[in-house]
Amino acid sequence: MGLLSKKDAALITDPFADNNPITIQVLGICSALAITAELKASIVMAVSVLFVMGVGNVVISLMRNIIPSKIRIIAQLIVVATLVIIVDLVLKAVAYDLSKTLGAFIGLIITNCIIMGRFEAFALANGPWRSFLDGIGNAVGYGVILILVGFFRELLGSGTLLGFKVLGDPIEKTGLYALGYENNGFMLLAPMALIVVGIIIWIQRSRNEALIEEN
Amino acid sequence: MEHLELFFKSIFIDNMVFATFLGMCSYLAVSKKVTTAVGLGAAVIFVLMVTVPLNWLLDQYILQPGALKWLGAEYAAYDLSFLSFILFIATIATMVQLVEIIVEKFSPSLYNSLGIFLPLIAVNCAILGGSLFMQSREIPTLGLALTYGVGSGIGWFLAILAIAAIREKIRYSNIPAPLRGLGITFIVTGLMAIGFMSFGGMLTGGEEEAKAEDKTAIEKTVEEKKIEEATKEVKEEVAVNTKEIK
Repeated sequence: MGLLSKKDAALITDPFADNNPITIQVLGICSALAITAELKASIVMAVSVLFVMGVGNVVISLMRNIIPSKIRIIAQLIVVATLVIIVDLVLKAVAYDLSKTLGAFIGLIITNCIIMGRFEAFALANGPWRSFLDGIGNAVGYGVILILVGFFRELLGSGTLLGFKVLGDPIEKTGLYALGYENNGFMLLAPMALIVVGIIIWIQRSRNEALIEEN
Repeated sequence: MEHLELFFKSIFIDNMVFATFLGMCSYLAVSKKVTTAVGLGAAVIFVLMVTVPLNWLLDQYILQPGALKWLGAEYAAYDLSFLSFILFIATIATMVQLVEIIVEKFSPSLYNSLGIFLPLIAVNCAILGGSLFMQSREIPTLGLALTYGVGSGIGWFLAILAIAAIREKIRYSNIPAPLRGLGITFIVTGLMAIGFMSFGGMLTGGEEEAKAEDKTAIEKTVEEKKIEEATKEVKEEVAVNTKEIK
């Protein structure tokens, strides 16, 4: 038997596409929209959530038999808040400018419903190893959407990726700009994030008819 | 005047849903019918109204650097601001639990109609976001914190009411099948957000830019980029002109 049984592997691959936390389960949308004007911020956010979800799921799974069900929400919030404080302090120490850009949104990982949703739906009923895989899988599914949206918004909005000019120089009129291309500054504004996610959902559902909703 | 300005600003300009995308999950999940949307919206207004001033007090007297002065001079050097996430969320979770108990006791019918949504408010990011923005924007007095809480609650209420009404009508429209449900809701929200951006000039009369310190970090970086580009363009023009003169 390999490292991952078939059932375990599905825990990672399912959230990636057909059960994606953002586009199908409708969880964790807030941060997905708010910080995606730059690819770098999206990646940092995705990694932070990956850490909080992976560790948090294991911790909750280890404690699942001793948490009284009446106060489980508060217990879960305390675990998440502790992990998020760690992420916040590490970010402030390592990349201060970036943590300023992300601002309150790192703190809002606490109320990211993907995390609470997975605690409630999975970690409270499963062992640590499987919970860990589930956490990683969902965080990756979340991160993929984040990075996709960040990629398109930064590319079309300011013509850069991770700060590098990829479409040529808008001042010197090289690359695409020589052909008359202009940056679409609108992509940097907040409402376009919603529309980009809407288009991703559209594409995903037209590729997989089973996901189409009634209304 | 200060109160009125902050009130309208938190409803329209800094609208929780359209400007900062907070509370989107419940906004999308509970907006299929107007009646449930109104119930959740009212509960959000109430919880924000209570938790933002409470957290303001916590921030002012426990968390801020030097806030512990009232305990004695030797505590003045403490900076507990790293604890704010945990204290804020504890306040919110407790308040939501309290609201649940009170509503169940005094109005069982309202309790039944809200049902699952009440505990969900504890993990609604609009609530924590209200407290975190209150902290990062350094709102000076308790009264203003209350105004800010109520205002942003009403803003959220308006947003969910509007989208619920639109979704009730949209059911009769002929939308491409893959876009039905979630997809079209996202796109409609995006269009509404573009509309709400026009409120930006409301308080300044549209003549001057809103004050820089009132903007969120993201807006600031976008602005900075624009300024950078603009200065580059000017420089380029100057360079071209000097070349021509030569």
